[in-house]
Amino acid sequence: MRRRTLLAGALAATPLAAGCSTGGEASGTAEAGGRTTLTYGMWDVAQAPGMQQIIKAFERENPDVSVEIQLTPWNTYWTTLRTSMRGGTAPDVFWMNAVNIQLYAANGVLEPLGEHIERDRTPVGKHPKALVDIYAYDGEQYGLPKDFDTIGLWYNKELFDKAGVKYPDSSWTWDDLRDAARELTNPKARVYGITAEMDRQSKFYPTVFGAGGYVLRDGRSGFADERSIEGLRFWTDLVDRGWSPPQSAMAEVRSRNLYLSEQTAMNYDLSAMASFMYGTPAIKDHGGVTVLPKGRERATVIHGLANVISAKSRKKKAAWKFVDFMARRPAAEIQAKGGVTISSYEDTQDAWLKSMPEFDLRNFIDMLDYAVPYPSSRNTAVWEDLEYLLLGAPFSGKGNIEDAARTLAKQMDRALDEEDK
Amino acid sequence: MAVFPSTAAAEAEGRIRRPRTKAGPGGATRGPNSRTQKAAYLFIAPIGLGFLLFYIWPMFQTFGYSFTSFGPFGGNSWIGGDNYARVLQDVTVWRAVGNTLLYGAIGLVTLPLSIAVAALLNRRGLRGVSVYRALYFIPFVTLPVAVGLVWNWLYNGNFGLLNEVLSWFGMSRHYWVSDPSSALWAIGLVSVWQSIGYYLIIFIAGIKGIPQDYYEAAELDGAGPVRRFFTITLPLLSPSIFFAAIICVINSLQMFDLIYVMMAPTNPALGSTQSVVSLFYQWAFQQNNQGAAAALAFVLMLLTASLTYLQFRLQKRWVHYA
Repeated sequence: MRRRTLLAGALAATPLAAGCSTGGEASGTAEAGGRTTLTYGMWDVAQAPGMQQIIKAFERENPDVSVEIQLTPWNTYWTTLRTSMRGGTAPDVFWMNAVNIQLYAANGVLEPLGEHIERDRTPVGKHPKALVDIYAYDGEQYGLPKDFDTIGLWYNKELFDKAGVKYPDSSWTWDDLRDAARELTNPKARVYGITAEMDRQSKFYPTVFGAGGYVLRDGRSGFADERSIEGLRFWTDLVDRGWSPPQSAMAEVRSRNLYLSEQTAMNYDLSAMASFMYGTPAIKDHGGVTVLPKGRERATVIHGLANVISAKSRKKKAAWKFVDFMARRPAAEIQAKGGVTISSYEDTQDAWLKSMPEFDLRNFIDMLDYAVPYPSSRNTAVWEDLEYLLLGAPFSGKGNIEDAARTLAKQMDRALDEEDK
Repeated sequence: MAVFPSTAAAEAEGRIRRPRTKAGPGGATRGPNSRTQKAAYLFIAPIGLGFLLFYIWPMFQTFGYSFTSFGPFGGNSWIGGDNYARVLQDVTVWRAVGNTLLYGAIGLVTLPLSIAVAALLNRRGLRGVSVYRALYFIPFVTLPVAVGLVWNWLYNGNFGLLNEVLSWFGMSRHYWVSDPSSALWAIGLVSVWQSIGYYLIIFIAGIKGIPQDYYEAAELDGAGPVRRFFTITLPLLSPSIFFAAIICVINSLQMFDLIYVMMAPTNPALGSTQSVVSLFYQWAFQQNNQGAAAALAFVLMLLTASLTYLQFRLQKRWVHYA
């Protein structure tokens, strides 16, 4: 107990310092009075208080286990994790994302959870299937989701009123969005209709899926597909017409900030950003959010974090208890109250929805029916780097998007071939 | 540049130096005093061991890794020259090499600038020299992260100071670090600005080492300040310039931190600013391809070594050791 208060104090005072003191050897084998001490690796300081509460609830149910948070800042999280796995000092349980899951699963450094799930009847079905599937590899489940993110269309009611445009709603199609973008663009006031930022998760993946295209299927790139290109062109077209700033401008001031400073009327953005938007008085007052407009199909992207267990952990039993606990309703409810992320457990999102009554956040949950999982492979980072490297020019209004997409597909296929070696 | 900041090493340095300064310049060669020599080695040992352990040994390890396929979680298998083949075939590598050489060329601009400033600061009767020196030196000791962030604000296309000033002269907005045509130059300029202070210190010391008699004699013969600079200062400074040029090229070839700080991953100019070291970082730490990254590091080492060798060959033509 005393140690935890100390840790909490350290977290409040210097989150980074707490992250640095991995204390691998010390805490890795510590058995405080017959108790098993688990280490829990994560990167988000904002979620630490909520996680502490979940841990407290877990420890109440399991008095023989205590959990210590290891906070590592995002920028170094993955390199630190890989190094500590080599050195055998990795945390027992830690956060995983879509980009990295297959890399870890394929290299056998994660504990397979299928057997545990079956034995303890963990309610996996209560989490969105698209999300659970992200953490399955080769027919085996390696992680259990804790939260999720979908993309919605954020808009600025005041700018819509000024331009005399009707607010977007679930009936909108891409054509409606284009018309509105044209009407809303006002060069004199330095206001753009929308922001076609080169961002995969919140911008071009949703439209690639919305156009009926794909990013990755059966180990092949989808960027050469006509539909996928159509999804990309949706954005570059907006840049070419001057209804969105070019990417060269948004590399310096991100679209999210343009939206917050009311320089753009519409922006595709993550649900996780809701609390951030809510903290900006103008947006809290006249910001709104709705489902993404329909292309050929309805689509958005779903991503979420999962808890995984290190295959090298010597306390797998306790670790599983903790992961199992976090995949159930009570933990999800505690997390939802924190207001930082949407819990992925079915019907536990009420606290989150009510925490920001000015925004119609239900839209994010409504989109779950057609949300497409964030695509990833065994070495996702390689082709993700290629995406930004090759699409930057067309998103800046220079160069042909079709050529860029075909080059990307070719190079991405080569990167995917490398993975199989 | 970061030498091991071990107090033991600093202490050792101090203790070795003291008897030497007392004995004068000939002290070291005054016959082998095996006891002091042993003590000296003992004192160098901490830094020497650190150097062996953290620089030399990893270098050999890296060389070994460059012939392996490196698992992201350890474990590696021998694949022969495949990594080198990949490095040589990859167009991004050649692009990065080109960019890096350009950074090197831009970096060399620092030298004439620092020499000019050093000469100006060495004028007789100039007040507050130490203040100027400190002002020029501050950018060099400032963290590259801070430097990069501040310059990104200056360069910012929407609200940057640079665009604001240029707009007074009727120039339109420009996204300096996001436009592929200007980004590399913008970053290069920052590195020039940042390193002037370092070379300035070398050149001021070099100029101070030039005997005053030469200047007095030249003045008597009626040589003006410009003539004195070109016929006395510059030739006698050439050993310092040579040293600075070597350091400058090596540093520029290792260009990384400013690119890392100033270029967001979604920056459309990323490809045209990427240096060999930033490509190395991407391969090794983001794409889990340590083997190929090790090979790339050795290609950079060969490049650096050959350029340094070239400089040593060329020095005979222009360096005067008085």
